[in-house]
Amino acid sequence: MRFYEYESKELFARHGLPLGKRGIATSRDEARARAREIGAPVVLKSQVLSGGRMKAGAVKFADTPDEAAALFDEIMPIVVNGQTARSVLVEEKSPISQEYYVAVTWDGRRKLPVLVFSDMGGIDIEQVAEKYPDHMSQTHVSTILPFTPRLAKEAIGATGVSGSALNRLTPIVSTLVEIFLAYDLTLAEINPLVRLENGRFAVLDGHIDMEAEAREKHTALLEDLGIEPEETRQARPPSEFEIAGARVDAADHRGVAGNVVEFDGDLGLVIGAGGGSLTLFDAVLKQGGRPANYCEIGGNPSVKKTCELTKLVLGKPGVEKIAVMMNVVSNTRVDIVARGVIKGCVESGRDPASTIAIFRIPGSWEEEGFKILERHRVEYCDRSVSMYEAAGRAVAKTRAQT
Amino acid sequence: MPGMFIDVEVDASVAADAELVGKLVEVCPVSIFARSEGGGLEIVEENLDECTLCDLCIQAAPEGVRVIKLYEQG
Repeated sequence: MRFYEYESKELFARHGLPLGKRGIATSRDEARARAREIGAPVVLKSQVLSGGRMKAGAVKFADTPDEAAALFDEIMPIVVNGQTARSVLVEEKSPISQEYYVAVTWDGRRKLPVLVFSDMGGIDIEQVAEKYPDHMSQTHVSTILPFTPRLAKEAIGATGVSGSALNRLTPIVSTLVEIFLAYDLTLAEINPLVRLENGRFAVLDGHIDMEAEAREKHTALLEDLGIEPEETRQARPPSEFEIAGARVDAADHRGVAGNVVEFDGDLGLVIGAGGGSLTLFDAVLKQGGRPANYCEIGGNPSVKKTCELTKLVLGKPGVEKIAVMMNVVSNTRVDIVARGVIKGCVESGRDPASTIAIFRIPGSWEEEGFKILERHRVEYCDRSVSMYEAAGRAVAKTRAQT
Repeated sequence: MPGMFIDVEVDASVAADAELVGKLVEVCPVSIFARSEGGGLEIVEENLDECTLCDLCIQAAPEGVRVIKLYEQG
């Protein structure tokens, strides 16, 4: 769940990170008033949940309050990567002498947060990593042991920063790591973090992504920031397909059959169980398949819910086959899922035998489920076939049809 | 619409017994049984395929209720 820049900065400010004077404007009059309060010159920044604002012309500079009002009108209609502005952040313009980059995110391979620091801020960190590796450090952070300023100092020092700058940057970087850990974030980024010409340090731009599953742990913060419970805050607006998926899940309290994300492939997925969705999605990719969607089923969804999800997936243009795969299930029943997907095929006017590329759900009530699948001539397998292998079989069948 | 996987047969004597009807409505976890406006038994066809094969209905009326797995029929 992504925060707007002004929300990220509000959180940073609560933790004492250095920020310039700023205010939000939702009208040209407010933009003029904010510029007057702050003292021109100011920078006006479109508040969208996307990067690329500068390129799109959605960041502008004003020397007077009246100019700020006029620029507000120019910025608001600009669409940045498909997103229109919620408001405009008016902030004091700061003369800069040095830019830095600092971020904390997750390293999926190491299964640990990683602190990334560079003394070359303001540009893509990927470019720095490629062209100037000596100017970037990566430091893995324990989620068990406390993070100490010494670790921050080492991370900064590894890029060649020393002296007063090192001392001034250390508490900023330490605090960013603490924020990342305290609020279950998946990204806490400051780019650029700057040293101003007057020697002060300041956060010029910042981004925060919170793990969506952690929202309930942080309701007080989200309420304070004005983030409504129904705001999904994804990087892009949900598609019609995804909205329909959410409706399927919400319409029936029994189990889970939703969290649908749309992709442009041709193999429909009905997948889940104890992290199985991610594993199976990756398995399909590794086997060379092109998933049409991601989804999660579990918690013993009803026949109706599974049926509706199946119909939704099969209703996506280009999807001729689905793979029904889960990890070994305990509380979810194999026979109930089998009924649901077969019914979904039939109600979509499809033959389950040729539509279900593979049914790989071992576990609770599997004997009963296998009877149903045999009756409908659906290819199935038990736990002796790995998830990876099952994904391979589904991909092979999808390829054979094209 | 009848069930695709499950059917339930109830003897007329059970369907006419208000007490047994009440028990069937109460025990079924997926609401396959309902009381009709006239007080008799109504089978909710759209819920038939949700049957969890828990047998609680059979325990409630052992002589008069049969749960049929259509996928086992010849």
